[in-house]
Amino acid sequence: MKVLMFGWEFPPHISGGLGTACYGLTQSLRQHDVEIVLVVPKLHGDEPDMKFDLIDASHITLRKRNGPVAPSVVVEPMAAVEEKPAEMETAKPPAFVVSGPEAHLRQPVYTTRETEHLTTIEIPSYLSPYVDPAMNVLPKSMTLSAKRGKREPTILEIDKKEERRMEMNDEDTYKDNDKANDHDNADDHHADTGPLAQFPEEGAYYYAFSGKYGPDLLEETKYYAAVAAEVARAHTFDVIHVHDWMTFPAGLAAKATSGKPLVVHVHSTEFDRSGETPHAPVYEIEKAGFEGADSIVAVSGWTKRIVESRYHIPPSKVKVAYNGVMPREITPLVHGHPFGPHVVTFLGRLTYQKGPLYFVKAAYQVLEKFPDAHFIVAGSGDMLPQVIEEVAHLRISTRFHFTGFLKGDNVEKVWSMTKVYVMPSVSEPFGITPLEAIQAGIPVIVSNQSGVSEVMSHVIKVDFWNTHALANAICNVLAHESLSTTLRENSKYEIQNITWSKAAKKIKTIYHELTT
Amino acid sequence: MSSQPNPTPKHMVLYFQAHQPWRLRPFHFFEIGSQGDGFDNAQNEAIVRRVTRQCYLPANKILLDLIKKNPRIKITFSISGTLLDQLKQYCPEGLASFKALAQTGSVEFLAETDYHSMASLLPGTEFEEQVLDHVARVQEHLGIRPTVFRNTELIYNNDMAKKVHALGFNGMFLDGIDAVLQGKSPNHLYEHPEEKAMKLFLRNYFLSDDIAFRYQEFGKKLTVGKFMSRLKSIPQGDSLITLGLDYETFGEHHKAESGILHFLKDLLICIAKDKNYELVTPSEAIRQLQDTPSLSVPDTISWADAERDLSAWLGNDMQQDAFETMAHLEGRIKVINDPSLTDRWRRLMTSDHFYYMSTKRNSDGNVHAYFSPYASPYEAFMNYMNVLQDFLHTVREKEKELATRPEQGALKAEAERREMHTPIWAMKLENSYEK
Repeated sequence: MKVLMFGWEFPPHISGGLGTACYGLTQSLRQHDVEIVLVVPKLHGDEPDMKFDLIDASHITLRKRNGPVAPSVVVEPMAAVEEKPAEMETAKPPAFVVSGPEAHLRQPVYTTRETEHLTTIEIPSYLSPYVDPAMNVLPKSMTLSAKRGKREPTILEIDKKEERRMEMNDEDTYKDNDKANDHDNADDHHADTGPLAQFPEEGAYYYAFSGKYGPDLLEETKYYAAVAAEVARAHTFDVIHVHDWMTFPAGLAAKATSGKPLVVHVHSTEFDRSGETPHAPVYEIEKAGFEGADSIVAVSGWTKRIVESRYHIPPSKVKVAYNGVMPREITPLVHGHPFGPHVVTFLGRLTYQKGPLYFVKAAYQVLEKFPDAHFIVAGSGDMLPQVIEEVAHLRISTRFHFTGFLKGDNVEKVWSMTKVYVMPSVSEPFGITPLEAIQAGIPVIVSNQSGVSEVMSHVIKVDFWNTHALANAICNVLAHESLSTTLRENSKYEIQNITWSKAAKKIKTIYHELTT
Repeated sequence: MSSQPNPTPKHMVLYFQAHQPWRLRPFHFFEIGSQGDGFDNAQNEAIVRRVTRQCYLPANKILLDLIKKNPRIKITFSISGTLLDQLKQYCPEGLASFKALAQTGSVEFLAETDYHSMASLLPGTEFEEQVLDHVARVQEHLGIRPTVFRNTELIYNNDMAKKVHALGFNGMFLDGIDAVLQGKSPNHLYEHPEEKAMKLFLRNYFLSDDIAFRYQEFGKKLTVGKFMSRLKSIPQGDSLITLGLDYETFGEHHKAESGILHFLKDLLICIAKDKNYELVTPSEAIRQLQDTPSLSVPDTISWADAERDLSAWLGNDMQQDAFETMAHLEGRIKVINDPSLTDRWRRLMTSDHFYYMSTKRNSDGNVHAYFSPYASPYEAFMNYMNVLQDFLHTVREKEKELATRPEQGALKAEAERREMHTPIWAMKLENSYEK
C-alpha cells in the first residue's frame, strides 16, 4: 500500500494542530506498513514579515545533520542538501520564489527527500496550517470573485539569462536524477496538453508572492494543486490522502491526474472556524472536496455530524478516526512562580472557534470565590483585542496574563504553573491540546462541543455557553485537591489508549476498502 | 444422584434488597452559603414513583398472590429507611403493598442502617444508632421487628458482626466470595468465630448474579429450567442456598417486557413445588440448621464490583475526601442534636453518593454509571461537595445560635447529654433481645 499524502509541517514544531496530527498519523501508518509520499508546503526563509508566527521547517528538515541555519539563507528547491551541505552556504537568488502557476512547466519546483518508507516532497508555498485564514485573512465580505479582482500579482520580468542560470544551477545540485528526468518528462508532456497550457508561454513572466498572505490564499491553493498534479504524474501510488481544505484542490487535482481514490481527512471545517457565517469560497472548496472524495475521515463524531448536516454528505461516506497522542513525559520546568496555586490556563488560538470570551466570563465568576486566582491566556488571534477589552471592562486585568503565542519550552513553563486547563471551544473537531495538558499532569475541563470529549471520560465536561457550569467546575478543582488528583491520575492512564496506532489501523482499513 | 429424592431438602433463603437514596439536586459552587435544600425532591419523587409502578407494585402483587396460594413460599426483604420514607411521602400505595406482604407472616424483613449508609465505617456509635433507628422505622411502617441484619451493600467484617450481635441480632448476611471462603462452599449457615450465636448467611453470588446481571446476557434470556438445573448442580451436602438480589431487578433494571416478572413468578412456583428445596426465612434457617461451621472475616468485604471490598465507595481520592469531610462532622452534628440537621447529615452518608464518584474503568464502571444520575464521577463529586459545604454553613450557623443561647454552656451540656445517651440506648435494646 502506497499513499500520496498532502500533509503539513513535518515534523511539527507547534503543540496541537494539524502538523502534530499529520506527524502522528504518518508515523503510525508507516509502522502499519503503509508507504507514504508526503507532500508538504514549505517556506524557505526570505519571506516578508508576516502577521502570524511561521515555523520555517525547511532548514530543520533539510539540514538536520548540519544544524539550524539562519532563516535568511535561501535554499534552492532542487538541492539535495544533506549530500551537499557546502552548496548551501553559497546560496543563489531563490529559484522557487519566482515560482507561480507555470513554474512547473520548466522545472520541478519542489524538493524531494527520501528516507525509509517515507518520501517527503516539499513544495515552496505560503500555505500553513497554523494561520486561520478564514478568520485572520479573508474579510467576511470578500467573495471569490471580489478577491480576484483585488488581487494584483507582482509581475517580475527576468531575463532569459537569469532563468537559464537558475536552471543550470538546479541541474547541478539535483542529485535524484531519475526523479528529475521524470519531472522533465512530465513537464514536457504537460506543456503541450496539460490543463495549465493556457498560461502564457513566455517563460520570462513570473509572479512573486505579494508578501501578504491574505487575498492570494485561494490562488495559492490552486497553484499548490497544479504542483500536486505534477507530483501525481511523477509518482506511483494507490491512494491519495489530503488533510483539510487548503489541500483539497491538490487532492482533487491528483485524483484527476492519476484516477486513484481520494481520502479526505477533516480536522476542521469552515463551520468550526467561522460559526454560522462560513466564507463562501472556503465552503465551496470544502464541499467540492467532500463530494469528490471517495471516502471522508472525520476526527470525531462531532465533525462527522457537521460534514453530514452542513455539507449534505451521505453518512455512509464519512468514517470517524479519532486523533491520537504521542506518548511523552513532560517534566515541570518552573518550580516557583509568582501567581500562587490557583492558576487557570487557556491555551489556544484566540478565535471565535476556541471560545476565549467564555473563559473570561467564567473567570469573572471564579474570582468572586477565589480572589487570588490567576488566568493565563496563551495564544494569539483575531479576538485578542476583544478579549483584552472584556477583561478590562470587568476590571480583572490584574488577574489576567496574556502571553501571546507560545512554543516549545514556554508551553511547558505554562503547564508547570497551571492548576487546571480549560478548553471552552465552541466547536472543536478534536482538540489535541487538552491531551497534552493531561500529559503534563494537569486536570482538564473541556466543552461538550469537542471531539476529545467523545474519547475522554476522565475530564470535566461542560457546554461552552454555560459559563456558570464552567466556573463551578473551575472552583471545584481549585477547592478540592482530591478532585484534581483523581482527574490527573485517571486521565493520564486513559490517554494511553488514545493512540495514533488506532487511527492508523482504521485509516488503513479505509485504504484497503478503496483499493480492492 | 438427582433421580433419588433428597431426604433432607436444601434450605433456601431468597432476599431482595429495595433501596432508593435521597439524590442531590444540581448545586452550584456559588450557592454554597445559601443554606438551601440540597436534595432533588422532584427527581426523587419521579424515580420512586416510576420504580414503584414498574417494580414494587407488580412484583409485590406476584409475591402476595403466590404466598396466599402456596404457604411454602417464604421471602425476605431488606428495605432501606430512605426508601421507606420516600414511599411514605410519595407512594403510600407502594408502602401499603409491602405492609400487605408483612402481614402474610411468610415474609421476613431485615434490619440495616437506616440511611443505607456507610455508618459501619465510622468510629463511635453512629452505626448502632442508625441500625436501631431502622429497626424502629420498620416496626413503625411494616409492623415487624427485624432480628436478622444485613449491612449496607453487604459490607462486613468480624468486628462489625460483633457490634451487630451486641445490638441483639442473631444473624447477618455477607457475600459468599472466594477470598473469604477459601474453597469452602457458600451454601451453609456459618457462625461468627467468637460469637457462636451469631449466624452468617453467605450470599451465593454466582447464582444470584445469574438473575441480576446475566438475565439477558448476549441476547439470550435465562429460563427457569436453566436456572433450576444450575441449582441442581449444587452438591448434596450443602444445606442452605442464599440468593440475594436488588429488588429493582424485577421490572426496573430489567423491564417488564423482558419477561423478568414472569420469570420471578415461574421460578418461585417451580422451587416451591420441588421437594429438594425448602424456602425459609432467615430466622427459620437459624432455628432449623444446627451444624454451623465458624467463618472468620478479618478484612472488610462487600458485594460490590470485582474487588468485593470498599473500593466501590472509597476507591479514589475524591471518594475518600468526600467521605472524610462528611464523617468529620459527626461530633458537631451530635452536639447540635437537631433532628432535621441530623437527618440531612445522614442522608449525605448514604452509600450511593460515594458510589457515583467511582472512577473504575472496567465493566464495573458501567454498573456505576448505570446507577448514577450524573454524567461523570467528577460531576458527582463536585455536586456532593457543594451540597456538603453548604450544609457546613448551616451547621456553623446553628452552632452560633446555640452558643448565644441564654443558658450558659448549652453546647457543653448538650454534648454531655449525647455522650451518655447513646450507649444507654444501645444497651437497653441489647438487653431486650436477651434470650
